[in-house]
Parts: sequence; C-alpha cells; structure tokens
Amino acid sequence: MHVNRYPAWKNALIISLVLLGALFASPNLFGDDPAVQVSHATLVGDPSGLQRRVEAALAARGIAHHPAELREGRLQVRFDGTEVQLRAADVLRAELQDPNAVALFLAPRTPDWMRSLGLRPMNLGLDLRGGVHFLLQVDMDAALGQTLERYETDARTLLRSKDINYLVVARDGATVLARFREPTDRDAARTALAGEYPELTLTDVEGAEGAALRLAPSEVRMREIRDAAVQQNITTLRNRVNEIGVAEPIVQRQGADRIVVQLPGIQDPAAAKKILGATATLEFRMVAGPDETSAKMFRERDGNPVALKREVIARGDQVADAQATIDVDTGGPAVSISLDSVGGRRMGATTAANVGKPMAVVFIENLPTTRIAADGSKLTERRRVETVINVATIRSPFSSRFQVTGLEQEEARQLALNLRAGSLAAPVDIVEERTIGPSLGADNIEVGLRSALLGFGLVVLVIGIYYGVFGWLANIAMVFNVMMLIALLSLLQATLTLPGIAGIVLTVGMAVDANVLIYERIREELKRGQTPQAAIHAGFERAFATITDSNITTLIAALVLFGLGSGPVKGFAITLSLGIVTSVFSSINVSRMMINAIYGGRRVERLSV
Amino acid sequence: MELFHTIPSIDFLGQRRWVMPVTLLFLVAATGSLLWRGLNLGVDFTGGVVLEYAYPAPAELGAVRATLEGGGFHDAVVQHFGSSSDLLVRLPPLAEGQKGALLSDQVTATLVAADPGVELRRVEFVGPQVGAELAQQGLFALAIAMLGIFVYLMFRFEVKFAFGAIAATFHDVVFTVGWFSIFGIEFDLTVLAAVLAVVGYSVNDTVVVFDRIRENFRTMRRGSPEELMNRAVNETLSRTIMTASTVFVVLIALYFFGGKVIHNFALALLIGLLVGTYSSVYIASATALMMGASRETLMPSKRDEELDALP
Repeated sequence: MHVNRYPAWKNALIISLVLLGALFASPNLFGDDPAVQVSHATLVGDPSGLQRRVEAALAARGIAHHPAELREGRLQVRFDGTEVQLRAADVLRAELQDPNAVALFLAPRTPDWMRSLGLRPMNLGLDLRGGVHFLLQVDMDAALGQTLERYETDARTLLRSKDINYLVVARDGATVLARFREPTDRDAARTALAGEYPELTLTDVEGAEGAALRLAPSEVRMREIRDAAVQQNITTLRNRVNEIGVAEPIVQRQGADRIVVQLPGIQDPAAAKKILGATATLEFRMVAGPDETSAKMFRERDGNPVALKREVIARGDQVADAQATIDVDTGGPAVSISLDSVGGRRMGATTAANVGKPMAVVFIENLPTTRIAADGSKLTERRRVETVINVATIRSPFSSRFQVTGLEQEEARQLALNLRAGSLAAPVDIVEERTIGPSLGADNIEVGLRSALLGFGLVVLVIGIYYGVFGWLANIAMVFNVMMLIALLSLLQATLTLPGIAGIVLTVGMAVDANVLIYERIREELKRGQTPQAAIHAGFERAFATITDSNITTLIAALVLFGLGSGPVKGFAITLSLGIVTSVFSSINVSRMMINAIYGGRRVERLSV
Repeated sequence: MELFHTIPSIDFLGQRRWVMPVTLLFLVAATGSLLWRGLNLGVDFTGGVVLEYAYPAPAELGAVRATLEGGGFHDAVVQHFGSSSDLLVRLPPLAEGQKGALLSDQVTATLVAADPGVELRRVEFVGPQVGAELAQQGLFALAIAMLGIFVYLMFRFEVKFAFGAIAATFHDVVFTVGWFSIFGIEFDLTVLAAVLAVVGYSVNDTVVVFDRIRENFRTMRRGSPEELMNRAVNETLSRTIMTASTVFVVLIALYFFGGKVIHNFALALLIGLLVGTYSSVYIASATALMMGASRETLMPSKRDEELDALP
C-alpha cells in the first residue's frame, strides 16, 4: 500500500532549496537605472569637488537625476530614462572637456544590504545592455621581431665589450646571424654568447663569405616570449580600459594569441578602438654629429631629415607617469613626464655629459594607412611611423622629470594616456567586433521578456487545461523552476544573452516534458485499474529512468554547445544546461512534494490528472 | 482532458515501407541542395562586416547606396531590415591584410556625414580567419555531440538502438540545415546553436520511445519485436504530442515576438521540433528494427536494474 508521503526531512530539504532559490533570484526583481559613471583624472583627489561640479552642470541644464553616489572612487549618477542619461552624458563630457571621463552603464537598483550579502542580479550580456565586444589578435611575429632585435643589439654590445672582431650582426628570418672574418673569432664569440645567453641555440654556419654563427631562441624561450607578449598586452589593455572609465569591463585571454575585450555601455566603438589599439610612444636620442657613421635618419614634422644616434637614451616603457599639460612658456600643449629610476639615471648621465648638445624626441605611432590595391579595392594597413617632434639643446643636466612639447593637444592627451597605461608588447589587430547600440540592447530586453512571458503563459494554459489539478501543480513547479534557474544564473554571475532568454523559454517548454511523462504514466496506471495512490507512486517511479535518460542526452548536446560557444551562443548553452538540472529537480521533487501534500496519506477516490 | 481515451493502435512501423523511401527522397533533396546551392552563410562564418543603422525617417535605399558609392565602398550591399527606417549594410569578406575593424568606422563616418541623424545600432565584424575557425568549430561540435550521445545510448541501451537514435537525429539535422539551404535563409552562429539544441531535443524524444520499447521487451511475454515496438510508440504517442505542443507554442512565441535577432534561431528550432517528432515516431524505431533489434538485444543487465531501481 502506497501512502505517498515524503519524510519530513525531505520536505524540509526541498522547501529550503526553493527558498534559497527565491533568495538568490530576488535581486533581479529590482531592475536597474540608466546611469553614468564619472571619473576624472585631475579631480581624482577631490571627489566631493567633482560631485559638486557634476551636480551643478546637470542642474544648470535642468536634467533631473538621482543624488550622485561615490562608489569605489568613481562617481555614479542615476537617471529615470535612457534619453535623459544620454543627454546628461553629453553635458558632462562637455563640462569636463574629456570624452573618456564619462561612461554609460546600467546601475542595478538592488538595495545595499543585499549587495553586502553577495546577492547580485544576473549579468546582462552586451546584446541586452549595449556595448562593444572585441576579439584582438596579438601580432606574434612583431613580438618575436622585437626580441630578436634586442638579441641583435645585445650580441653586438657583448662582442664589442669582449673585444671580439665581427663583420656584421643582423637579423636573418627568425634568427640572428653573426659573421666573422676568422673562425677563431667565432669560437670566442660562441663561448661568450653561450655563457651570457643560455637560452639561445648557437649553430656554426660555413658560407662563402667566411665563418658565421646563428643565434636562435629555443622553443621554450619562444613560448615564453609569446606568453609574455599576451600577458603584457592584457595588463596594458586593462590599464587603458580603466583610463577610459568603463563600468564592468572584461579583458581576458582567449586561446594562445587572442584577447577578448568587452566594454559595456560604450557608444563610440571608433574611439574605443583608437585607444585600445594605440601604440603611440616616445624615444629619446641624441642628435648625431656630422662625422657619425652609424646614424639613423628620421624626419621632422615638416619633412626635414635629421640624423640621430642609434643608441636610445630612454623609451616610453621607462615612463613612470605622464600627464597632458600646457607648456608655461609657449602656452601650447605638452606632456610632463617622470621616468622610472633606470631611465632617470640614464637620462641624468647622458644629459650631464652632453650639455650644449642637441637631443631629439621621437614620437612613434603605428598608423593605419589606406592604399588602393591593384584590383581597385581599398587596402588598410598598419605602418610604423617615427617622427621627430622636438629637437632641443640640453641647457643643463636633468634626470627623471621633464616636459615634452611639439604635439597637438589631442596627441598629447593620447600619448600621456598611453605612457601611463603602458605600451603594447606587440601590436594587436581586431579580428572580431560586435557592437550593440544602447537602444538596440533595450529593444532586445523588451522583445526577449515579452516573448518569454507569452511562451510561458501559453504553456501554463495548455498544461493547466489538459491535466487539471495536476497540471496546475506542474505549473507551480515550473514557476519555481524558472526562479531557481534565475537564482543559479545570478549566483554563478553567468551572462544572460538574448539567445539565453530563448534558452530559458525552451527549457520551460521542455521542463514540462518530465511532468507530461509522469502524468501520462499515472493515467495509464489508473486505466489499468490501479488505485490512485498506487498510480501516483508507479507514475513517478516508472517515469524516472526515462526522464534521466532523455535529459542526460540533451545535457550532452548543451555541454558541447557550451564548449563551442562564444558570447550569445554560450549564453544559450548556459541557460539550457542549468535549465535541464533545475527542471528535473522541480518537475520530479517539487511537484511530487505538492502532490503528496494534497493527495498523500488519505483515501482518494479520483485524481484530477 | 485526453487526446486518446484508449491507447491507439496505429501501425507506425508497418508504414516504414513507404515512410522510408519518402524520407530518403526528402533527405536526397536536402543533401542535393546543400551540395549544389550550399548554405547562405552569415558573416559569422564567411567573415565580413554587417552594420545596422536606424534612420530618423524612412530611408531611400538608392540614396544610401549612392552615399556609400561616393565613399568608395563599391561592394556594399544595402537593404531594409524590419522597417523602412532600419538599414542593413553588408560588406564582403576582406582580403588578407585589410583592417575590417576600421572599415566599419569608415562606413559609419560616411553615412553620418550624409545624414547626422543616423544611429549605429549594431556592428558585426568577423575576420576571415575567425569565420573559418567558427565554421570548423561548429562542425566539430556537431560531431562531438552526436558521438557523445551515441556512446551514452550504446551503454544505456544497445548499439542498434544507439544507431537508430543517431540515424533519426542525423535526419533531423540534415533536414533542418537543408531547409535553410533550399530557401536560402541566412545561416549564422545562433542558427548553428539551434541545430545543436535540435540534436538534444530529437534524441530526448527518441529516448522516451526507446525506454518504452525496452520496458515492453522485458515485461511482455508475447508479441514480435515489431508489435512491441509499435505498442511502445502508441503508448507514448499522447506524451509525444503533448510535449511537442508545449515546445511548439513556446517557439511560436519566440518566432513571432522574439525579435529579428533570434528569428532564424526560432525557425531552426521549429523545423527541428517538427521533424524531430516525426523522426522519433517513424525513423528511430524502424531503423533499430531494420538493424535487427530483438528481445535478446535488450535483456536486462545488472547495472540497468540498479539504475532503474533508483527512486
């Protein structure tokens, strides 16, 4: 005789899981406000001053806003609608004269006490909130090239310091080739180099022009170079993203040589690309004398050629801090620079030894250039452009703090940002871009929610009408299912995308399947003449294996999808996989608990199934 | 409410004599189209640039084309998207060395210069390399999913049933993808995701029937394999129809109200749902039967009994 009662502990367990689900899903009830985040370099030390200025600027234009709040050193202002938010952002950009100081984002209305408990709403994907997604490919050839260049210079310096005669040291493909007149010189060079650079593989090459030595970085070293290039680029990109003040950015490595950058709320993808991909940096060199043999030719802005020494005194990567300012003497734009200790010492020694001689500042940029290809289509390429922006006579020695002029205002701002954030170890190319405008994001949320609610409502009606009381119990279980799915998504901070919403809707359609299986089985058992209690018991019992098998196969497909997925597709895979788990729990355990509570442990004449 | 008061006794498996040839015919048509016409692959797989713009007022396609032509974008394809003030601009895949990411900015700058009210709604730029990788990964994922399901079913049932389920699933995939090929509907990453979900759903549906077949094989002493299989399909028929209907209404809601972005996604799922339901009734069991599935192939093993005995 089946009584269909759950033991008290089981009821308690199911109820507490459902309550936990309710708790974790609850932050999503509050929705969010369109907001702007303001961060301003020169006002960083004075947040209340920034707050007053922002509030005054908004008040002057009559823009209604919620009180400004300071969170993690940044100012947040909430508005009642997207239009107000956009207008306010324009006003603030003009007021602060810095387009990068203002970022748009959606501020969750979740109360502070919830946040302090770690309860957060679901993470909305870029297709729902607007923003840009970039996939950047790190130019590994360039990273290797830079390293080889360094080995080339280092080898020359080492040979010279050891008084070993060489003919030439030059790059040769992915290696460096050193030529010597005498094989004995080569032997001496091999010993010296092997002692100093154990990571290099050294091979003798016999050629018509005499003895040569090939320097090749080992496989391990090459991998290190690649890894270091990607890692440094990630650090630099993070710094740059922080400089432009994006709320909740993502900068992540993907695979061996790619980096994902997601910037929610960014409206101008062109500006973001410029900042991310910027390579502008500086070099300081002495101007070469007329009898200098190994000088390198550069051009000034006006096209005049100028010969500079090969040795670099200091580089952009030795800059500790940089700010765009105004030059006191000329009133023109300038960048004030502080070098780190190594760079400062070099600069101090060089300037002390060269008072009265001219020094040059070289501005280096990788500029996209467009040319017309043979077939008439436009080709855009990147070219390294080195321009001498300033040649000045050293009046007195200086070391780590000085000022550089000769740039346009926008260039000065951009250069200061780049010097602060660090330069890229290797250039990056954007190989994928997905930008969703803020209005499209809002539209997507709306259609997503509307279709989800509609689909949900239709399923509830069909099941309710078809299965009666049991159907409505399944419907209640389904509500709990969606609630627990949302709770899991919030807990894991998984990203909800538009296909993800579709995944939830689909889960709802499929979750019902478990209940359908059980109920059909109960009906069959009743028709076979079983008592209602026995039919309930057998229905759940027999359907269990089927439910497990059918859901595991679906789960396999969903997990594969997760592995394949990028962005929106991944969002679909996440909701589908988690939905399978929550739906099995809710349609087996939650609905069984309710059925037991209603029909269990008493005489039942007929079931409404 | 009930669909069938008594268990129907439709001879589904007996119909395989005409169902199989007709199905094969459809499959040949779908495969033929895939081979001859191919798929109208989206920018996700081909690489290229797709830009969506919202104009303040209904936009004249000719004028926009002329503007782009003037800006040097000779290959740009312009079409309306959803409404007459929404435009879609497509640029073909780029040659090696071109910077597509800059191209999209140049197009936007050109259009905004001609009409300052233009709003950029969406950019999808995929480099040719990334596109090829996504296509490759997609095919790989499809193969892995099928293989994983096959192995699972082989352990839970038996190789003939696993084969039947995979044959049915393969049919659903070819039919769905073939539909996109025949009607030239754009096939992008979200559609591929839908096809994988179809795989999941289709197998789900088939497994329910197989479970019943296994049960009948074990509990009923009389009847040929064909009779018992037929009975299983009939017994699960009302469940098959109910579940298909709930998923169907949900997909209809997504298809009509889910927005342009997931329109094709919902379409793929709808087609997959219909053929998936059909294939688990007509194809999966028939294939297992034709491969010689019999009572003996599904004799209970000890492990199964333990699994089935779980609450």
